[in-house]
Amino acid sequence: MQFSSKKPRAVTDLKAELYSQPLQFYAQPPLENISLSEFESFAVDRLKLLKTVENLGVSYVKLNDDYLKKLDNEIRTLNFPQVGVSLDAKDQTEKRRKDHISHFILRLAYCQTEDLRRWFIQQEVDLFKYRFKKLDSGEKLEFLHKNNLQYNTISAEEKDNLREKLTISSYAASGVKLEEQDFYKVPFQDALDLVRTRKVYLKEGYAYIPHNEIVTIVLNDFRTRLSKALALTARSLPAVHSDERLQPLLNHLSHSYLGQDYSVQKNVGKISLEQIDSLAGKSFPLCMRQLHQALRDQHHLRHGGRMQYGLFLKGIGLSLEQALQFWRMEFIRGKVDADKFDKAYAYSIRHMFGKEGKRADYTPYSCMKVILSNPPSQGDYHGCPFRHSDPELLKQKLQSYKVSPSGVSQILELVKGMHYQLACQKYFELTHNVEDTSFSLSHPNQYFTESQKVLGGGKDVKRETDTLQRPQESSAARGLTAAREPAVDESQHLAEITKNLETDFQDA
Amino acid sequence: MPSSDYDPACLPDLLPLYYRRLFPFAQYYRWLNYGGVQKNYFQNREFSFTLKDDIYVRYQSFSSQSELEKEMQKMNPYKIDIGAVYSHRPNQHNTVKSGSFQALEKELVFDIDMTDYDDVRSCCSAADICSKCWTLMTIAIRILDRSLRQDFGFHHLLWVYSGRRGVHCWVCDEAARKLSAAARSAVAEYLSLIKGGEETVKKVVLTDPIHPFIRESLTVVERYFPQYALQDQNILGRKESEEKVLALVPEDVKKELQEIFQEERNPERRWRHIEAQAKKKQTTAKKWQYFEKEIMLQYCYPRLDVNVSKGVNHLLKSPFSVHPKTGRISVPIDLKDVEKFDPFAVPTISLICEELDRPKADEDEAKSEDAKEKENEQDSAEKRKIRDYKRTSLAKYVKYFDQFLAGMADSWKGKLRRQSDLQKEF
Repeated sequence: MQFSSKKPRAVTDLKAELYSQPLQFYAQPPLENISLSEFESFAVDRLKLLKTVENLGVSYVKLNDDYLKKLDNEIRTLNFPQVGVSLDAKDQTEKRRKDHISHFILRLAYCQTEDLRRWFIQQEVDLFKYRFKKLDSGEKLEFLHKNNLQYNTISAEEKDNLREKLTISSYAASGVKLEEQDFYKVPFQDALDLVRTRKVYLKEGYAYIPHNEIVTIVLNDFRTRLSKALALTARSLPAVHSDERLQPLLNHLSHSYLGQDYSVQKNVGKISLEQIDSLAGKSFPLCMRQLHQALRDQHHLRHGGRMQYGLFLKGIGLSLEQALQFWRMEFIRGKVDADKFDKAYAYSIRHMFGKEGKRADYTPYSCMKVILSNPPSQGDYHGCPFRHSDPELLKQKLQSYKVSPSGVSQILELVKGMHYQLACQKYFELTHNVEDTSFSLSHPNQYFTESQKVLGGGKDVKRETDTLQRPQESSAARGLTAAREPAVDESQHLAEITKNLETDFQDA
Repeated sequence: MPSSDYDPACLPDLLPLYYRRLFPFAQYYRWLNYGGVQKNYFQNREFSFTLKDDIYVRYQSFSSQSELEKEMQKMNPYKIDIGAVYSHRPNQHNTVKSGSFQALEKELVFDIDMTDYDDVRSCCSAADICSKCWTLMTIAIRILDRSLRQDFGFHHLLWVYSGRRGVHCWVCDEAARKLSAAARSAVAEYLSLIKGGEETVKKVVLTDPIHPFIRESLTVVERYFPQYALQDQNILGRKESEEKVLALVPEDVKKELQEIFQEERNPERRWRHIEAQAKKKQTTAKKWQYFEKEIMLQYCYPRLDVNVSKGVNHLLKSPFSVHPKTGRISVPIDLKDVEKFDPFAVPTISLICEELDRPKADEDEAKSEDAKEKENEQDSAEKRKIRDYKRTSLAKYVKYFDQFLAGMADSWKGKLRRQSDLQKEF
């Protein structure tokens, strides 16, 4: 009698307790039941948030004013909890719950490969850093203690005694008045990076860390925990995948592209086959230029290359008849005779246009898809050159395409930082002689469209691209993913996204 | 001196005697058992032996002190190394599912080897040492001991002579034994100031501000530098070594000093010129302002092999093992007497075996102890063994080891009491 009435209260108390903190380490997975639609929508929202974090992170200096403003915005729009803003308690709990659950769902999707893990960890760490910095010092201490990081600030007296030692041992401490900075006493085992480089004062096994450095330590802790957790999650994946409802969604999430899909052909027949060679040099992104070159040289492309390039051509407006003619002409120059082409290859081209098999109209691959799935092997020319080419070879290729030496090194720097799409954007800027691209590159066909715009393409083409551009331009925010369609109703938006996810999946 | 009578060919005869009557098994076990606070700590410890004809065996482990004794007396190892405490008994590691057999804990260790200083000592090279370059070890012990205690908060440090050309440090605190590989590597790097190998001329570069650790280390180095470097090593007395020193100063200063040195021959005065030049640089330039400190550090600062300290499973020569080439016993160094420590006075296995047979001065004292023990026959063999090392030169080293263990024992007692208290609670 008394027990049963206690039980529900205990559960809600637990929830209130878990969501009483503005920030968490995601140590405990959620233990409730949720609907499939909530599962999906939470996950998609968080993915959007993380992509925004990624884009802002490479477009702006992290945590500068622009960055903060835009990230605040995105968080509010996507209904995630905001730090430092006092809201209605119930609303707050709801948002924190969403944050908690969505994090764990994405763990499932992003634990599978090194690349995915690295990406996920990077964005989550950046998001955590943004939130942690928003806490005031009292909240920070509370967070540290609640998470068993027994770091304590030192008293003013101790600070005074150690004054000289503290100022000369930490870069972060020099230049800032000792009185104004909080110093934390941390066991040296928790500050290894600072110890290793001798950037901190040590006394009797404790490192004396100025406030700014504490953030680094907490972040490293977060990063390490998440990394371990993802490794563990990967091991339990088979069990998760056995649930048929979840497997497709999780796969979509890790390969998804949430922008315009270029599935609906807008410029059919506007491009003539004779133009392709010159367009390849002028308006194709490097991946497609490479594929086109390989096709011309070898009179053949393997399946991966045919899919990536073929769908791209469809996206820029080649009709089925044109595509058949294009591929046939080229293959015949090689080892394939007309008969064989009609029997074997023509079928797959028609398939691409949705005229065979289940008649699905495939969408051209997004940058994400090109970068993350189906890496090329020996004899392949598909993939993303910035991701998949050996940097030396990439350098040579860029030089042969007359990119300036300083441009080449800028691109290689971005490649080293794994910002492949930004490297491609830089390639765009250098080959089109523009200072700054007005778009954030996420799709090869987008590259083509933008390029045509810059080069002042045909009147018709221009009009079409305007229609395509409008939703993107309305967001006015540089660096946000395309497909910000605020006017569109949420559920329709979601349906469209899911449809995109489905078709991407089927393409694989 | 009898210690020079050591002949490696005699090892096969001396080792059995050493392991039967001299090796301090009781203290050794007491150490590695760490008060029995953690279950199976001794049993899961890896030892490795190098036997006659260079046969090397790993993953040796023992379930008790008596088993350790029996096995060592049977195998008569030429060399003994101590490894990590594993998750399972090392001698059963083949029966464990692959991946489960893991090194869990080990003392934090440091190895200072004189050959790493060959580019800065002129008296000896390679495996040779002499009293002149031994000062480098003294400096190393002083600097590292201070830092490990004051900066890192460790308390139980055992410094051991390696038997030939260096010293080892065993940090035995519980916190040290539990350190991860990353933490060990971080500690080793914190303590490292000498960067670069054969190809690098200037191995120490200091930047502003100078970290408190470096300041403390410089204080030690400055104490020894005049006698050790200017006198004993005579680094500014001969053309060749003088050039090596000048290679470490900025170009413009080098030219000035070369001129000055044409007239000034006295090493101490030469050094003062170098100091003066450095002072000038400090007031004028942003770079190169600490070159005189950099020189001192390059010639004197401890050079440790980071790889030895990094690995949790790294095997290191055991205290009280014999060095087959020199015959010397790896004895603990009493820090109170570190200045006076003389590696050439360390007893060799042949010396202490010889001393076993010699009657000792206070034989009467031994006889009266004998009478007291007639009551307990079982213990007499044990007691005889204890008495045995006591009449040799090994005695004072074992006594020091006892003191070291007594220091640690307090922490064990506290732990055991807490554990039993917890068990009493329901």
